[in-house]
Amino acid sequence: MPRSTTGMKFTDEERSLAPVAGTTIGLSAVWRAQVKRELALARRRGGDLLNPLLFLALVVVLFPLGISPQPDLLAEIAPGLLWVAALLAMLLSLDALFRTDFADGSLEQLLLSPQPLPLLCLAKVFVHWLLTGMPLALCAPLMGVLLSLPGTGYLTLAASLALGTASLSLIGAIGAALTVGLPRGGVLLSLLVLPLYIPVLIFGAGAVQAAIQGGGTAPALALLGALLALAVAAAPFAIAGALRISVNG
Amino acid sequence: MNVALDARQLACERDDRWLFESLDLHVGDGDILRIEGANGSGKTTLLKMLTAQLSPQAGTLTWHGRPLARARDAFFRALLYIGHAPGVAAALTAEENLSWSAAMAGIKASPAEIERSLAAVGLAGFENLPAQQLSAGQQRRIALARLELMKRPLWILDEPFTAIDRDGVAWLERRIATHCEEGGAVILTTHHTFQANDRVTSVVLGVAD
Repeated sequence: MPRSTTGMKFTDEERSLAPVAGTTIGLSAVWRAQVKRELALARRRGGDLLNPLLFLALVVVLFPLGISPQPDLLAEIAPGLLWVAALLAMLLSLDALFRTDFADGSLEQLLLSPQPLPLLCLAKVFVHWLLTGMPLALCAPLMGVLLSLPGTGYLTLAASLALGTASLSLIGAIGAALTVGLPRGGVLLSLLVLPLYIPVLIFGAGAVQAAIQGGGTAPALALLGALLALAVAAAPFAIAGALRISVNG
Repeated sequence: MNVALDARQLACERDDRWLFESLDLHVGDGDILRIEGANGSGKTTLLKMLTAQLSPQAGTLTWHGRPLARARDAFFRALLYIGHAPGVAAALTAEENLSWSAAMAGIKASPAEIERSLAAVGLAGFENLPAQQLSAGQQRRIALARLELMKRPLWILDEPFTAIDRDGVAWLERRIATHCEEGGAVILTTHHTFQANDRVTSVVLGVAD
């Protein structure tokens, strides 16, 4: 038997089983298909989408009741409080990121697809951020009103959350991928991921604090952007590697 | 030559017990390899090795003469795998599930082609129902529709006859036979006995103990 090194050569009669050129699709179409699927899944699940927002709203409503309704005090703690609540809301939503796909075998199909796995992971995380982080960033200024956050902080709050939650989604997805095979991975996920969340929290809350006190927000926002750039570049590969380990563990 | 998957001296150990040892396999065009064995004898583990998901503890696996781990890309382009969990999202419709599967395989599938492949597995008229509203057997059939939709030389199927009714079993048997006549190859785990089993090679796991 002659050894074929490519494995892609076909004689005419065998060609019927090979994909014909022109019927194959490019990477952008693969990305679109994955995003479309995730959006459709999220639409069908419906109620789960509101959970992070509800969590944020509950924290913001309960804090003044528990501490004190004094506007000065609330304005002082508002940036940190809103950021911590948003961070925990993101963390709570992460556990489900890969879980159903793992249970129904879709994840296995993903791993055995010839498409680049990091790209597919990035598409999944993008949709997670779009439906969790983005709504949090948009609603946080509204919650800021309840905590008498000074008006100068609103725009920075939304911007820092939009940038920061994207990093949180990406970093958290690594933890979610590592714990997907475990029956109760939620606690482990939090422990794994929280230390990595701390820089994002510090710079995010710092940006809002600076905006309120009239300082420059650019450095903190730039650092958030840098963290996001790093996460976008590295996390998809880490997620892909983690999935390969935990699905076959 | 579409398919040339070879295993030499494959072994797998779990919990200080050898599930199988010195296993030699060759799968080429037109072959049907049936993996048998009692529950827990390592059938699914073997399939995971043959699909490059697990690396064997001992022995080598080659695809067209190249080590499987390094020929992954070419191998995945030739592979159609339906696992124990069929990879059908319950919240999505049959049509959505299949168009995603095709995209992941890198194949362009028109709605008409998807409809045709669903009709072939007896799901005409169920295209736009969420899979969770269908029965277990019908959900399996959504996965089996991939066999019609995508042209892949090597099929690896984990218990494909599970939850399928008698007509479905007959259809799947015929489909596997025609696939092999066209030059493809099939590896499957099953307890099912084939009607025409002259081309079926069987490997029985877990008889050494």
